[in-house]
Order: sequence, then C-alpha cells, then structure tokens
Amino acid sequence: MTESLNTSRQQAENGARPAAAPAPDASPAYTKPAATRAYANAAWPASSSYDLAREITPGLAQVSHPVVKKDARALLAGKPVYTDDLAPADALVMKILRSPHAHARIRAIDTGRALKVPGVVAVYTYRDVPRTRFTLAGQSNPEASPYDRLILDEVVRYVGDEVAFVVAETERAAMRALRLIKVDYEVLPALLDFTSAIDNPVVVHDEEGYQVKAGWINNERLRNICAQGESSFGDLDAAFAQAEVVIDRVYHTKADAQAMMETFRAYAYPDMYGRITCVSSTQVPFHIRRQIATALEIPPSQVRVVKPRIGGGFGAKQTGCCETFVAFAAQRLGRPVKITYTREETMTASNSRHEMQMHVRLGARKDGTIVAIDLHTLSNTGAYGEHGPTTVGLSGHKSLPLYSRALASRFTFQVVYTNTMPAGAYRGYGATQGLFALESAVNELADTLGMDPCDLRVQNLTREGELMPQFDNQVLYSTTLERCLRRAQEMIGWDKKPLARDMGDKVRALGVSLAMQGSCILNVDIGSVDLRLEEGGFYALSIGATDMGTGCDTILAQFAAEALDCPVDRVVVRGVDTDTSPYDTGSYASSTTYITGAATLKAAEQLRAQMARMAAGWWGVDPADVRFDGDRVYVPAPEGLAGVPEGAVGNAPAPLREMTLEAFANKCVSGGKGDALTAHAAQWSEFSPPPFMAGIAEVDVDKATGKVDVVDYVGVVDCGTVVNTNLARVQAEGGISQGIGMALTEDVQYDARGRMRTRSFMSYKLPAREDVPSIRVDFVPSYEKTGPLGAKSIGEVVINTPSPAIASAVAHATGHYIRTLPLTPEKVLFGEEG
Amino acid sequence: MNVTMKLNGVAVTDDVAPDTTLYAFLRDHNCKSVKCGCETTNCGLCTVWLDGAPVLSCAVLAVRADGRSVTTLEGLQAESARLAQCLAEQGAEQCGFCSPGLIMNVLAFERELAGRVPTDGEIRHYLAGNLCRCTGYMSQMRAVKRYLGCALGPDDWQGTSVMADVAGPAPVAPVSAAASGEVA
Repeated sequence: MTESLNTSRQQAENGARPAAAPAPDASPAYTKPAATRAYANAAWPASSSYDLAREITPGLAQVSHPVVKKDARALLAGKPVYTDDLAPADALVMKILRSPHAHARIRAIDTGRALKVPGVVAVYTYRDVPRTRFTLAGQSNPEASPYDRLILDEVVRYVGDEVAFVVAETERAAMRALRLIKVDYEVLPALLDFTSAIDNPVVVHDEEGYQVKAGWINNERLRNICAQGESSFGDLDAAFAQAEVVIDRVYHTKADAQAMMETFRAYAYPDMYGRITCVSSTQVPFHIRRQIATALEIPPSQVRVVKPRIGGGFGAKQTGCCETFVAFAAQRLGRPVKITYTREETMTASNSRHEMQMHVRLGARKDGTIVAIDLHTLSNTGAYGEHGPTTVGLSGHKSLPLYSRALASRFTFQVVYTNTMPAGAYRGYGATQGLFALESAVNELADTLGMDPCDLRVQNLTREGELMPQFDNQVLYSTTLERCLRRAQEMIGWDKKPLARDMGDKVRALGVSLAMQGSCILNVDIGSVDLRLEEGGFYALSIGATDMGTGCDTILAQFAAEALDCPVDRVVVRGVDTDTSPYDTGSYASSTTYITGAATLKAAEQLRAQMARMAAGWWGVDPADVRFDGDRVYVPAPEGLAGVPEGAVGNAPAPLREMTLEAFANKCVSGGKGDALTAHAAQWSEFSPPPFMAGIAEVDVDKATGKVDVVDYVGVVDCGTVVNTNLARVQAEGGISQGIGMALTEDVQYDARGRMRTRSFMSYKLPAREDVPSIRVDFVPSYEKTGPLGAKSIGEVVINTPSPAIASAVAHATGHYIRTLPLTPEKVLFGEEG
Repeated sequence: MNVTMKLNGVAVTDDVAPDTTLYAFLRDHNCKSVKCGCETTNCGLCTVWLDGAPVLSCAVLAVRADGRSVTTLEGLQAESARLAQCLAEQGAEQCGFCSPGLIMNVLAFERELAGRVPTDGEIRHYLAGNLCRCTGYMSQMRAVKRYLGCALGPDDWQGTSVMADVAGPAPVAPVSAAASGEVA
C-alpha cells in the first residue's frame, strides 16, 4: 500500500476516481507521461526541416528545458569561487622540485642551503614521507589501479616526477629555495617506447610495497604489464572464414592533454578538531579523502575534502594530483599550505590520455555485412598505473557493441608501464581511442567495397532489444542511432555532395563516424542525495556529485523540481563537502545525470510520501488522500460532493483540507510537534545504457600545404531525454571541438631522453576560435527506460566522432589513410613513414 | 618599487618587486576575477584593460601600470550584466574560468565598434586569443552575436531561459565609460 502523494499530473493521467479509493501503487521511480514514449517512437519523417525544438520532450515542466545554470551569475561576474580565490591569505606556498631524468635513483639530497633562504619553512624529501603506497586514480574502493606511488619516492620514474617539496611564506622564497637543493642522481636506463615495454630489461616498478587491489587486472609488473585481459564471443575463426574482405590495420592515438583552463590546485589546513581539511579542484572528493588518509597513514575520519567551483576537469581531475602533498605539509606544519600548478607542471607532471596502439581485423561479406571483429589494444599508462587497467577496457567494450550483429568478436588488451608521464582519465576514457580504430576500419571497409559509409553502418548497427556481448551482455534498450545518422546526413547535405570534390587549391571532402559510451560504471558507481523541506517552503538538495562546470548542480535541481512540481529556484543545491555531503563516487564515467539524477527523483518521491504522512497525521485522514500540487498540500473534496460536473474548470469543490507549502513547511518545524522532513536516497545501476552520436566532418585539404580545415561539423546525439537543452548542446559542441583538436593538432611529444616537448600552449595546440568555424548539433532523443525520466548521458560520447570522421574525410581528399593521430600537414601531404 | 595606479577607479599605491606581473598585482589586490590559464600569453584569461585597452596582464609588469588606469571585471559589474545574461542564456559560461577574460575583451570590442555591427569573422578574429576548452566557442559566439546586435542565422540557435532572473538584473543599456567606473 503506497503512501505516496499523487501529483496533479498523475491525477489527470489516472482519471477521476473516488477519494476513498486506494491510490495506485506508486512506482519507485518517477514516471514520465506516456506521450513522450510515442514521440520517441515516431516514424522518421521523410524530409524534415531543421526543427529547433526537437530536443524538447513534451510533458516535462523543468527537465528538458534550457535552464540557466544556478552559478551562472557568480561565474560571469568573476566572483571569487574557485580554489585559489578562496585560499587563506596567510597560506604557505608549496613548490615542487622535479626530476630532470626519466628514470633515476636518488643517491643523496642536500636541502641545507634551501632551508636557509629567508621565508622557507620546510623542505621535504622521500626520507620524510610515509611508506605506504597508494594510487591517485579516483576510483571506487578497491581501486583497479595498482598502489604504485608514494608521496615522494627514492626512485623517480619520469621527467617531472616529484623529488622534493619546498614550503615557504612566499612563492618567491620557495622558487629561490628550489634552485638551491642539490640532488645526486644515479641515472638509470629509461623505457620510453611503449611498444617495447613488455619484458624490457628496464623494469619501471620493481619496488617493495607495490600492491594490486583488484586481481582481475592480471598484473605482471616485473614484465612492465600493469594489466591484461581478453573478452570474446562466438567462434572467431569460423566467422572470419565467412569473410570475403578483411581489413587488417594498426591505428595509433596519442597522449592528449585534457587542458582544462584551471590548472591543478589545492590547499589544506588543520581545522579546529585537528583534522586535515583539503580544498581541491577535483572531480572526486570522496576518493581524494581515501587517498589522503592512505598516503598520510591516518584514519579517514581525520580528513575532510571540499570541492568549490572547478574550472574544468574533463577527467584530469578524476585523478588526484597535489592534494596529498599539501595535506602532508599542512599536517606536519600545522598551518595552511597551498599549491597552484603552473600550466607547464600541468602539461608535464600530472596526467593525460592513454596513448594506445590498436590492431583491428574487420571481416565482412562483399555486401558490407560485418561478420567478425578482432581488436587488440596496447595501452601506455606511463610511469604510474592510474586508470590503466580500466581505460583500456573501454577501447573494446565501448566500441565493438556498435556492431553486435557480427557473428563473433574478440578483444584482447595489454597495459604497460613506461618512463613517461602517467596517463589518467580524459573524456572518452579509452572509448575515444577504440572508436578511432574501429570506425576508421569501418570507413576503410566501405571505401574498399565502394559502399556508402553511412549505408554500410546502418546495415550493421545493433538494434533496440539486441544483446551487446562485448558490453557485459547488456541489452540495448534505447537507440535512435540510425536516425541520428540520417539526420546528420541531412544536415550536411550528404546526398548532394560527393565524398571529395576538387575546389582548385583545395579538396573538400566528407567523412563520417559513429560513437557510443556508457552512462555509468555498472554495479560500481553510487550517487546519493539528501533532500530537505526547509522552513519557509523551499528545498535543500545536498549532493556528493561534483559540478565541474558541466552544470550538474542545476541539472539535479531540475530533477528535484520536476518531481516536486516547483520552479528550479525553489531547490537550492549544495556540494561537495565530504563531512556533510552524501556519498557519491564522483563526476566521471558520464554518470551524474543517470545515477545521481535517479537518486534525486527517488529522494523527491520519498519526501512527498513523508509530507503526506505528516499532513495525514495532522488532519486525521489516510495519507493516500493527501495531494500535493507543488504549492498546496490538500485533501480534495470527494467526487460529486458539490454536484460539480467532472472536468469543470474554475468551479471545483473546495478541498476538505488545504495548506500552502510555506505554511506546511513552517508547521513542520514549529510547536514542538514536528520534524524537518528529510529524504535520503541512493542509486546504483546494473545497467549502463549507451548514449550514441553520429558525426560528419566536412574538411578542406590544402593541396600545397597539407593543412586540414574543418569547415563544418555536424553531430547528432541520442542521450535519451535531453535534461537541459542548453547544457547538452554546449557539452556536444565542446566535445566535438576537443575531438577536432585530437584529430588535427594535439600531440604530447617527448624528446629522445624522455623530456616532454609540448610544455605549454605555445607547443601544444588547442583549437582556438578561428579553428572551429562551424559545429552544428542536433538531438534525436530516445527514451531509456532505466534512466531518470528517460535520460542517458552526454558528457563523453561527444568527443569520440571527430578523429575517425576527419581521418576518413582526409583519406577521401588525398587517397591515403592516416592511421596515427594527429593528422598533421606532413602526414597529409606525404603519408605516414614506413 | 612604488607604483600608483587607478584600479577600478580607486587610487592604489603599493611597493612591488620589479618583476611583479600586473596579473599577480591584481590578484593580490583582491581582483580575483583575473585568472591565469597558461603563463605564455596564449589563453586570454588574464585580460584586463590598461587605459581602456585590453592587455594580457600576465605579460605586463605591474610597474608599467604606474600612473595609469587599470580596469578589471570587478569594476565593470553593471556594464557587463547584459553580456553576462546573453552568455548565461546559452549556457556559454560552462566552468566559468575563462569568462572574465572573454567578457573584458568583448566589452573592449564593443567600445571600439562604437555601435557598428561586426561580422562573424571580425568577432572571431578579435576574440581569437580567448581560449575556451569547455564550449567549442559556438555558444559563446551565439551569445556575443546576440549581444552585439548581429543578425542571427538559421543555425544561431537561441537559448531561452525559463528563469530569466537568474542571469542577473534586467538588461541594461551599455553605459558610458565614466559610469562604468573606469577613469581615464
């Protein structure tokens, strides 16, 4: 028997019924009006105009609207809301001495002269720090990433690895002291080429204290293998035997910098209880709490982590960086300590995308039917294993399921250590790399067969209701990918243009790609929220999810407002402080909308039920008779009481009982009889429904210089219900732009001794405003039945299409494929070496 | 060395080391809207006005501002409100870290235009030095074009706010330099 309050909307749907009748069983999840489902299934119109309202899902009042971000006003006024803006004025400044060698053992460090610099408070070396190893990967406990780090180590494993910390009253003093530290290094042979890492005489991690927390990664660190594995379905040999064409290619994606505008930074201080508080620009406050506790060998109860506004993350801040450093120093010194990484430190001594080499074998019949896919991925995790074992998985598990109709597929992988900067998480998380390989191979297949690459894909796509064997045997419940692709074709004018046409000095060409991702880490991610009805009649939503600029504070408020029938600004949002926020694994794996959004809906339903019980107790009625329309709590008059015809407008019988929300909320906390109503709900999922995207690039290739310009890019997304139409559009446009950078210019490079060449935005080229003249985005929403109000995810899928689409367009223009990113003018003109 | 400048209309005097950047000086004087994204003059986040013209404060020494007028977003709160609203209604601020530098440059551009409506290419060129990693620039362009009164094409999708009060006070007409707090 339910005690849920019925919304006026549900009443309308369910039709009139006697007031005494029991309310229908309430679903634990908020249900969407049925009309939407019909809309999602509507036939694809033969010729549609550019319908700008397409992404608006009918029947929703707060969700699926372009709600302005709650923090927009403060951000656009330049208010001091970021980590460095908030650091105490008297905080000590930390600076880091870094290794000039790719691999070395520290024989001796002399810090005497540095300590004599006026204003220097402390200098720390590996001799001063605890000896418990940990990982900086922001992952659920137990982490898949090995415990292979110390705060400071006797062995340095890449150029930029930390050697010593200087803590001083001023940055100037700290910088001066850095230059006075003398280090005697025993320089060791370095392993820089990840393709020769396995069984190399140089072993990156042979130290004591190395721990593997997750046995499934099959770690063989003495062979430099961080992780390895295989997943297969079907009889691969038999399937290839049916293939009339086999595309057998090796593709290579580079380490890319996430390059969020706000570099890494954090400060820490001992609070009034002697605990360590760390304020950090991080996507994973709860994981940072565990990292600090582990690294400092203190109980987790002694650590509090706070996340203020964040100047972008893109996954970079799913890996810890400097939090343990300042926490350690603040603990030792009993004073606030802050650190702000320079751009150079962020480029050279944090984390990047995993460089991957992928060998694809794609077997197909002459009619274009894909029958077999074999993918082997070799991934470079660099000097430390953060996210190594997990990113590689997505290169297969989030690419192969596009074509689950293949008779068989096999995915094998190895992740190796080298003496280069550690890799970490970057938007797309391996799927980006895998999709470059698979989608490029599909494009090569289409070109080999002389088929239209769009038609070939439609022929092979996984359909609704089909199994995805390479994705944990998940069933694909929702997809509009075929319609996304057809819409993208329509937007770019595919049918009216040849794949390549000579424009004189340039060749203009088209290329296409599909993409998928997940909507959470299934059976791992947890999101939880606390929702309170406050005096005065507003709601306080406390979340552990981390808004990093993406807008989840606003999006979660939209969910709460939708379920509570109120405007978004009646819901205030607060996060994240690990002392007071409910647990959330963090904002990564595209999970916040899907997981924490669902938790928010659950909490709102629970709160409605509590309100009904409270009012029913006051009024002596059955809670099932209590209604709440967002502004009033009331008990409607029984049907026919006043003889008013059903459906009469403006002449309804007066409710038997009625209170405004404000009066109700005030009464809850007055008179010594009430309770401030609070709902808590958590969400996890055994599903991770893939969002999809179709992207088409139109490029100009300069015949004389080889320069590639993306003159137009269209992307059409199926993210399920579009929760915030503005923010979803910006996610898609921004992701495409980052993908264009990955395709054309972004490339972390090293010299022969392992020193990174690309140390600033001078040498690492991000797309600037004039590099991306036109990105056009549209949505074809499906309805995901496991998602909150039908939503899936959007944060990551949007970065995946540009590389394969642009590479294919360039191949159409030049006649040769480039299989190693980025597509530099040299490669475009002369082809790849060897 | 002693420097004296008009900072957002208020006289400020301080003793600074010769190599202190204007960026560091401004942060120390509580102008926290001024951000640093690169240290190599690539990103545009540290854009402020020196005698009314946009400069990259990470590449200007504080002593160069001696006797001059410096304006940051803190001093343009009223003048920036309508642009801020245009950006907010597109979701174009995203993480917000590059927003102050962008706003400083758009407002400087607006003053140079003196009422003329620019082309898409002119806007891109003027703002080429303002990097943004979140948005891919399109939402910013829609907002700026709307703010500067450009004709909007079929692909210049217009965001509409369901809570217009969030983005700030009601749109205001551009104010004069004197009213904005800048002192010549």
